[in-house]
Amino acid sequence: MRVLVQRASGFQEFEVPREPSQTVLDVVTYIQRRLDPTLAYRYACRVGMCGSCAMTVNGVPRWTCRTHVDRVLKDDALSVGPLKNLPVIRDLVTDMRDFFDKWARAGGQFKGGRTKQDAFHEIPPSSADRREVDKAIECIGCGVCYAACDVVAWNPEYLGPAALNRAWTLTKDVRDKAKMERLRAVAGDAGCHSCHTHMSCTERCPKQLSPTAGIAGLKREVTKAMLHGEL
Amino acid sequence: MSAKTQSLLWIAQRATAAVLAICVAVHLATIIYAVQGGLSAAEILSRTRGSGGWLVFYLVFVAAVSVHAPIGLRAIFIEWLGWRARSRDLALLAFSLLILWMGVRAALGVFG
Repeated sequence: MRVLVQRASGFQEFEVPREPSQTVLDVVTYIQRRLDPTLAYRYACRVGMCGSCAMTVNGVPRWTCRTHVDRVLKDDALSVGPLKNLPVIRDLVTDMRDFFDKWARAGGQFKGGRTKQDAFHEIPPSSADRREVDKAIECIGCGVCYAACDVVAWNPEYLGPAALNRAWTLTKDVRDKAKMERLRAVAGDAGCHSCHTHMSCTERCPKQLSPTAGIAGLKREVTKAMLHGEL
Repeated sequence: MSAKTQSLLWIAQRATAAVLAICVAVHLATIIYAVQGGLSAAEILSRTRGSGGWLVFYLVFVAAVSVHAPIGLRAIFIEWLGWRARSRDLALLAFSLLILWMGVRAALGVFG
């Protein structure tokens, strides 16, 4: 197959043999090991857990370790590039600092109210709030949603789907004590109110999460807090 | 502008959207009804002149538009023009007051 790899100098073409059950990450690894050792890319677990190997494949952000070539090959050709909406360090490696700094800015840290002297906080898995958390908590921080988001492209201040999804899981965590602080952090132009509900994040999330639903939840929570004069 | 004010703008835009959904539907239905026998200024004025109901309806319509449209334009200015300075909100406030003034003037014009 013909593989076009996006690099600083433009697209570079490689010829890579097809293998059964071959993933896009296998293709990139083949190029780096056999054809051009200067190619920079990032991966760790290879099994869809660590979230480090996301790239743009045929124009679409994907986790490359779990993307089979069979599914994405068009006319025996494939294009691979770095994730969009993030600064490129080299070749397929992006700088994720902005992405993760935004998690912190969105109040992404858990702030509990108990000490080790206290008993465990019992949360029934069937409770409404916990079920909301369960729907959103499997994020691996791969940045696919962030790269797919139009609002991030238009408004660099926007916190993005992953950070807001994280904030949503903590908003619904009954143990967390920083709810209002977090709602203030995610409200307004840089936060949930800028989401246009295009749903690209939900469409592309490799874990089938719906950051859009979480963002809509944050809008509801902020509105409720405003109406109660708590924000 | 604080995140609280920005959130308030978002709520105001959604609330006025709900008002506009009704106003636009009534407006369109009125247009379709009114053009049946040909449209004339005399016919429009015969309906609106002295009618407190239509005056209130159009004043509500105009007020909702003057809140709704500038907030939508604000997002467009941020995302498409990168206009993030305070001048943006002042310009939008001026735009809001302009369409409010024009709309109220028109509503009063067909009433009195």
